[in-house]
Amino acid sequence: MAAEPSASILVVEDLVKTFPVRRTAREVLQRRPRRALVAVDGVSLDVRRGEVLGVVGESGCGKTTLARCVVRLLDADSGSVRLAGTELLQLGREELRKARRRIQMIFQDPYTSLNPRRTVGDAIAEAALVHGTTTRANADAFVAETLALVGLGAATARRRPRELSGGQRQRVAIARALAVRPEVLIADEAVSALDVSIQAQVLNLLRLLTDELGLATIFIGHQLAVIAHVSDRVAIMYLGQIVEQGPTRAVFDNPQHPYTKGLLLAHPEPGAERRAREAAVTGDIPSPLDIPSGCRFRDRCPFAEERCKSEPPIIDFGDGHDARCVVLPFR
Amino acid sequence: MTDSTTVGVGASGARRESVRAALLEVEGLRVAFPTAAGVAFAVAGVTFVVHAGECLGIVGESGSGKSMTCRSILGLVPSPGAIVAGSIRWRGQELVGAGERRLRRIRGGEIGMVFQDPASALNPVYTIGAQLVETIVSHTEHGRARARAQAVELLGRVGIPSPRTRSHAYPHQLSGGMRQRAMIALAIACGPALILADEPTTNLDVTIQDQILHLLEDLRQEQEMAMILVSHDLGVVSHAADRVAVMYAGHIVEEAPTRDLFDHTHHPYTTGLMGALPSIRPGTVRDPLVPIDGQPPELDELPAGCPFQPRCAHRRDACATVDMVLEPAGKDHLTACPFVRAADGR
Repeated sequence: MAAEPSASILVVEDLVKTFPVRRTAREVLQRRPRRALVAVDGVSLDVRRGEVLGVVGESGCGKTTLARCVVRLLDADSGSVRLAGTELLQLGREELRKARRRIQMIFQDPYTSLNPRRTVGDAIAEAALVHGTTTRANADAFVAETLALVGLGAATARRRPRELSGGQRQRVAIARALAVRPEVLIADEAVSALDVSIQAQVLNLLRLLTDELGLATIFIGHQLAVIAHVSDRVAIMYLGQIVEQGPTRAVFDNPQHPYTKGLLLAHPEPGAERRAREAAVTGDIPSPLDIPSGCRFRDRCPFAEERCKSEPPIIDFGDGHDARCVVLPFR
Repeated sequence: MTDSTTVGVGASGARRESVRAALLEVEGLRVAFPTAAGVAFAVAGVTFVVHAGECLGIVGESGSGKSMTCRSILGLVPSPGAIVAGSIRWRGQELVGAGERRLRRIRGGEIGMVFQDPASALNPVYTIGAQLVETIVSHTEHGRARARAQAVELLGRVGIPSPRTRSHAYPHQLSGGMRQRAMIALAIACGPALILADEPTTNLDVTIQDQILHLLEDLRQEQEMAMILVSHDLGVVSHAADRVAVMYAGHIVEEAPTRDLFDHTHHPYTTGLMGALPSIRPGTVRDPLVPIDGQPPELDELPAGCPFQPRCAHRRDACATVDMVLEPAGKDHLTACPFVRAADGR
């Protein structure tokens, strides 16, 4: 990786997360071994302050599991997550609670992550009081200031989630995350449920907050254009692995991995010339229970060869741009 | 593509019709729902024509009325909503007020349907083969044996591998992409002249979406079917449709041939929508997007005149008295905003 680890506030290394799968009655009787669903398979990445790292991939690629392991909503099997040098995966309960203040997460549907009975002000103040970023005496002013960060007026504090529009609710979810003054923000499909006109507002806001507050933001999504727009660097995930990562423009203008190329061809860019005669990528995404050996993409790859059955190396293209492919160096 | 589109083909233009027959003519359609405050029009006066073999895209944000327009055509407006005005003519015959039996014959027969969520549109307790056989038998004269053979053939046509085996699968045993293919097989089973596709790829991954859009396009060419493609995604619509209608708050605010919609955007809402869209094109990253001010409207609290005026950058007093009627703003290009029409001097 070209990025200096010392400059990165969050460093994830070789993270692995599997889920055990219940055996069917037949499998038990036939004494078949218990199978595991490999959700995240050796992911390494890092984010710096003031930077947005986009993580993009299709369903089942492990992007959400990755985020949940990083904030320890799930326990990873192995690997390392360091926040400003502190290993998060080893922390005890009390230390973890303190560390959580520094990493906050926002989700796709703010309606399910906000308590419907609570006013917006209470939700923000509670988070801040628990983590000691404000005092009871200052709470009102603190709430107003936090709401201002996300472009909402102080009057919003008295509203309940159902009185707000989808875009406003997502702003409130962001405000609540910011209430503990975090250093790292993880946004998981944070704009996917919003209409285009509102999505643009929230994207601009996340970019502005990252720049002005010096946040390190991991932006997880499946919409290529959204990721391309908001991210400084991107990581393309496929079946639990990062297959390509690098500066956004390098990856989008000069994609190397056959999967990245396929994704970009499949993306319907509004107003662009009509699509090619053939679909960009054929076949279905394999089940994470049944991952091909070697390169995960080889079943669907137009360039697949015999040697793709072995584990692909990471090819470095300079400037932090790399891709995981056997065939690439020979093409 | 010929440019001989004749907007509003009359019954008299019989010779013209043989070239580009109007399959479906929707005129002044209004769909109302009772609300606490009175009445909300989910569709507030929509007029458009679909010609044989063409693909009309309808694009809009949530609540714009695009899906309700689609459902109206099939007589599937959910209660307590109802079509309160307008006409829907299918091959010249009025569908508004038509009996359930006739609608049912058209639905799934002459007009095929593809929905966003095939999981809920397919019956979970029947195999996909059985559902295909049922559709074929009820809409044709074919016997069961012949229908079964046809079902397997259809599954093969929509790109389902080993169709004979898969015809015995239940919907939950298929992946999302395969379920949507099965749904498409159902839609084309009786050789429809028109397919209504309502957000057909919205829950699918990008690579699978691309496959489904290609499949629809191939089938359309092969069988010379027309299609109405409803989507919130301007990208999806612009890649598949010959013409695009942009909807906002129950109205079509602009309608144009796809290329022309992008090259000569007229309505301020369409312009706003395009400015708010992120892009993967070089040179666009990090320029802030230009969001549309304000919030999408509540349908029971719309202002008089143009519903977009509270959010419009070109707002003026006269907006309150605008009739939301589509008028030409260029060749084949219609817009509901009289001020952009005047400003362009066309």
